[in-house]
Amino acid sequence: MIGYFEDLAIGETVELGAYTFERQDILPFAAKYDPQPYHLSDDGAASTHFGKLCASGWHTAAIFMRLAVLKKQELIAEALAEGREVANTGPSPGFEDLRWLKPVFVGDTVTYSRVITGKTESRSRPQWGVIHCDNHGVNQNGDAVFFFKSNVFQERRPA
Amino acid sequence: MSAAMTIRYYFEDLAPGLTFDLGSYAVERDEIIEFATEFDPQPFHLDEDAGKASMLGGLAASGWQTASITMRLLALGFLNHSSCQGAPGIERLQWRKPVYAGDVLSVRMEIVSARPLRSRPGMGMVTMRLSTFKQDGQLVMTYDNPALFTLRGDQS
Repeated sequence: MIGYFEDLAIGETVELGAYTFERQDILPFAAKYDPQPYHLSDDGAASTHFGKLCASGWHTAAIFMRLAVLKKQELIAEALAEGREVANTGPSPGFEDLRWLKPVFVGDTVTYSRVITGKTESRSRPQWGVIHCDNHGVNQNGDAVFFFKSNVFQERRPA
Repeated sequence: MSAAMTIRYYFEDLAPGLTFDLGSYAVERDEIIEFATEFDPQPFHLDEDAGKASMLGGLAASGWQTASITMRLLALGFLNHSSCQGAPGIERLQWRKPVYAGDVLSVRMEIVSARPLRSRPGMGMVTMRLSTFKQDGQLVMTYDNPALFTLRGDQS
């Protein structure tokens, strides 16, 4: 997903990689950004319906973003090395339907992917289009744990 | 919920229309770069010049950081004093304005709907609408957050 808006095809899928959520990652994220009992300690989690320490849902989302950006940078480096054109990616105006489908517990490994589902030309920004994707996270048991529909500005091919 | 925390808000207390001011948070340059380095290493979140050259117009916080800061204020200012049992997801998040170093964010939450769950007696689904503002009153982010709350029932 490094080509110009015009070059990206609906259905195009990118595997973004996997990440294992260790205790030493879960605790500092939660302490800073999501200090609820089930994200902070085993004892705090034991009496909740989660039962065990689990990662903040926003941590699961932030790791999606990390892997998506790193994968894009890897693909850009490959393209440049082969002399192919690379388009700029802009920011995102927002997203829809984010789902935390199952808890992500200590030691769980989540594998992320994204698939292009649609493209919208931007009337207000003619040099940009918006790419719509479904984004998925699946744990080591094959269970879907994370999903959302993203929208991101992608540069159009210069006229 | 640890025994040390007092639950002030059960499902029955969360009527649509209620609003809560959840406090504020100063976003410092170092924290923007630290978050972006770990979770969103795009140039416009890491570097002043790259930010100025981008649609964002300056070094700007990752939108996921704005969401995470909002989560912190929601947890400390409300959820940790409630019977909340977690959230299934987020609806319609909009990043409306960039957040720059030095901005002070404040968060307001409004209850927009509340319904008991037939499938899970003793629990209800409450949708909270989160709005995050800058110091000058500009709305920078908004989203809806459905979450599960236990009913007070006859506990009190």
